[in-house]
Amino acid sequence: MSIIVGNDTKLVVSGLTGREGSFHGLRNRDYGTDLVAGVTPKKGGQDVDGVPIFDTVAEAVQERGANTSMVFVPARFAAASIEEAIDAGIETVIAITEHIPVHDMLRIYWKARDAGVRLIGPNCPGVLSPGKANVGIIPAQFFEQGSIGVVSKSGTLTYQIGNELKQAGLGNSSIVGIGGDPIVGSDFIDVLELYESDPETELIVMVGEIGGDAEERAADYIAEKVTKPVIGYIAGFTAPAGKQMGHAGAIISGSSGTAEAKKKALEAKGVRVGKSPTETAQLAAEVIGS
Amino acid sequence: MATARHSDDCHAICSGRAQADSDTLSRLLDLLEYQGKQLFARHGVPVPDGKPADNVDDAVAAAEEIGYPCVIKAQVLIGGRGKAGGIKVAESEPEARGAAEAILGMDITGPHGEGPFKVRQVWIEGASQIAAEYYASIILDRSAKKSLAMLSTMGGMNVEEIADKDPEALVRQYIEPGEGSFGTKEAGRLASDAGVDEDVREKVAELLVKLHGAFDASDATLIEVNPLVVTKDRDVVALDAKVTIDDSALFRQEEVAEAGEGEAEDPQEQMAKEKGLTYVKLDGDVGILGNGAGLCMSTLDVVAQAGGSPANFLDAGGGSKAEAIIDALEVISSDDKVNAILFNIFGGITRCDEVARGIIEAYGRVDLDLPLVVRLDGTNSAEGLRLLTDADIPDLHVEKTMLGAAAKVVELAKAKAGG
Repeated sequence: MSIIVGNDTKLVVSGLTGREGSFHGLRNRDYGTDLVAGVTPKKGGQDVDGVPIFDTVAEAVQERGANTSMVFVPARFAAASIEEAIDAGIETVIAITEHIPVHDMLRIYWKARDAGVRLIGPNCPGVLSPGKANVGIIPAQFFEQGSIGVVSKSGTLTYQIGNELKQAGLGNSSIVGIGGDPIVGSDFIDVLELYESDPETELIVMVGEIGGDAEERAADYIAEKVTKPVIGYIAGFTAPAGKQMGHAGAIISGSSGTAEAKKKALEAKGVRVGKSPTETAQLAAEVIGS
Repeated sequence: MATARHSDDCHAICSGRAQADSDTLSRLLDLLEYQGKQLFARHGVPVPDGKPADNVDDAVAAAEEIGYPCVIKAQVLIGGRGKAGGIKVAESEPEARGAAEAILGMDITGPHGEGPFKVRQVWIEGASQIAAEYYASIILDRSAKKSLAMLSTMGGMNVEEIADKDPEALVRQYIEPGEGSFGTKEAGRLASDAGVDEDVREKVAELLVKLHGAFDASDATLIEVNPLVVTKDRDVVALDAKVTIDDSALFRQEEVAEAGEGEAEDPQEQMAKEKGLTYVKLDGDVGILGNGAGLCMSTLDVVAQAGGSPANFLDAGGGSKAEAIIDALEVISSDDKVNAILFNIFGGITRCDEVARGIIEAYGRVDLDLPLVVRLDGTNSAEGLRLLTDADIPDLHVEKTMLGAAAKVVELAKAKAGG
């Protein structure tokens, strides 16, 4: 098994006719993902390298049985695309687009919850289940199939850790990029819950960064609900307060949201936290090897 | 304008512990007080009549028009203006002139050492006869995924002090998503829970509803009014305005977007802004470039662990092309404090051979006499490393691992500082 995407994924890409959308959508298909449709308003009837394009997500669901949507449209239209996917009865929406207004995400967050739709992102690299499916922009060549579940706010940092795991001879059940925005559809806790019940996952690596309190809340959740070992990593120990470090959500305000506070919260609940990506991979190898 | 002037205010108290940086929810666009008040006015929130000015003569003319007593207020994105001498009352034309002369051009340092910020504009408004000072704010709470309204009758002091002195005095109410979920009924309950004087409760409630209207309509992530005053005539007026706008929404916020056109205070930050790079200046001497925000932060951390001190955060982005690498190198090397530079690239979408080409080209275009450590891993890294080796650039050091690269750049920076 794996989580969120896998052999049952039937993918529709909103924005498949765009440059980025077609590049990554077709790359996902090449990896083995079942890419069943693309959606671009007014381009219904066309195709992208043999993949049929529809005007609406609803048609893609009806005609092609799509159950997972990847949103690759420009920021100002992305909110509408996510809402359209929710309304069309899609089960999982993975939003790659960055710079979606936070007020829009506030509305969509609740809409997705109410509809029982799993939303990943926005501003995330997507989800990869090695050997099964890749939905998003994660470069699959740095990850092997295996039993470590990764959940992360950051893309390249995850590739770094995945590659170190691979070099240590370890692989992953899934890699989930939840995104670095202030409001994301799925938090660490949502993904931890999935890994906990995934039989293939033996260990979880959680990669956090400064800002917000998702890591602190995850620490409490791990203590209460997660029986599998969790290894943590937090980026941003040297980040000063009040400065946004790239990701919209990565900013320390006053004494809250610091890397130190997050590390302490995790360690207080028995989660080992690596000092560097390298040490994090080593800790994972150590635990899973024992 | 990436400074969070109210960074210690609302967030820390809006839920129990390490909490949402609600004031700085997305990329930041902080409005100056007068820009915030103009926004309020557009949404029917009562504010004193006033005018902005950027020179002494215009300030005096504004004071004459508004009448005396009036207040002349420094327009900087920082708290503690009053204590720093940036807010003065004038009873006459000579006093207005004296105040404007003193304030325009002064440097104001924030209560937590932020800045200094040079005062380039003042706001002149009629003085209010204050009977009571309240505190009101609306923020986006990222943990709860809801907007949160807060009200206290203990205004005038910063919100952390209110929470410290009397946590009960700060009343909070989440605003449910959807239209019409925060009307005069809900706002009136907040006003009554906060213990607002009965005769002005309705006016406070109306103001809060309009404030929420402004919050939603302007894509704000924070609106703070401190103080919200009750005048001797029992009117309710927003006497200050702190507003942060989500800059992902600027495409539909033309009126406030103009407010963000100002220049960054720091020369490197300004240069980076012009080149469209995500750059944050720090105090150290090791210049850093990474690709991706998380990896870049992590690079800063491992450099610090290796005993070095990062000079900056610079995220070249997920799909870094040669041009971005050249721009980045220019920005980093223009900071005189920098003694050595580290490029830490993990190629996913980014191709390491592109990065290597950018570095080689940059050496032809930027006058660089600093040691540069490069670590390339991931997509096309073998090709990238080969290009760099073949280019045979003096003082360019290639390292295989992130930790090795951090150790190397720290060693080189120390040698440079010592020599």
